[in-house]
Amino acid sequence: MTNALIDFILVSVALLAIGIYGMAVKRNAIRMLFGIEMIINSANLNLVAFSRYIPNSQGQTLALFSIAIAAAEVAVGLALIIVAYRMYRNIDIADFRSLKG
Amino acid sequence: MVDSVFLALSVITIGSAIVALEVRSLIYGSIALMITLSGVAGFFLLLDAPFVAMFQLSVYVGSIAVLILFTVMLVRRELIFNKVEDKHRRYAGIGLMLALMLGIGTIIIGSGLKTMDTNSPMIDYKKIGEDFLTYYSPALIVMALILASSITGAMTLARREDVIDDQRAD
Repeated sequence: MTNALIDFILVSVALLAIGIYGMAVKRNAIRMLFGIEMIINSANLNLVAFSRYIPNSQGQTLALFSIAIAAAEVAVGLALIIVAYRMYRNIDIADFRSLKG
Repeated sequence: MVDSVFLALSVITIGSAIVALEVRSLIYGSIALMITLSGVAGFFLLLDAPFVAMFQLSVYVGSIAVLILFTVMLVRRELIFNKVEDKHRRYAGIGLMLALMLGIGTIIIGSGLKTMDTNSPMIDYKKIGEDFLTYYSPALIVMALILASSITGAMTLARREDVIDDQRAD
């Protein structure tokens, strides 16, 4: 095994930074969901990398739980986007003003 | 040192992550996101976690990406290619991204993680199955309930009740 733990962590940091950039800049709701996906994936990569190098199987177990919960989250998120699209005929989050609490 | 497979995988993963956010069409964006998720699955394979890699492929690439593609198809055509964003906000976002990468990167490179290069044996994935069925079985049941309820909630949210009869006919 030639790859060190730190290489995987650095890739995960890059993915996290790109995801945060997408969340901060994009106004398209679906693109913001892409950003969330990238952040979740970087977290999973971190979990599995640490679980490989420590070594402990619980990291992989937690990663599996996290993937399953992310699937549920995306399903609800996309349903919310569809409902908002039906109300506003747009997926630009700047138009979702009256959703403000 | 890293090997060439790792290097290629990281270039593909990070490159397609940027493409997914920056390409004009949302359809190509979701396909690029699919490539990013497959790249992460490749990293899981490199980390000797084949079970997690296959789970990632089937859940993310198989279902979530298809779900996103269907949602993209449901919105109007102009919105798919429409790209409105604030220029100042964009520069600030790029600055934030670079600051995060450099900041966390230097912290990690300076930390003691560098020395963790053990040749520890690979984790047997039978152990994960055992864990799931013994210690984590209540959590597994709760997770199944959460998944079921969230999918039901999503379907209830997205269902429309105001469909007129002539629309239903076709």
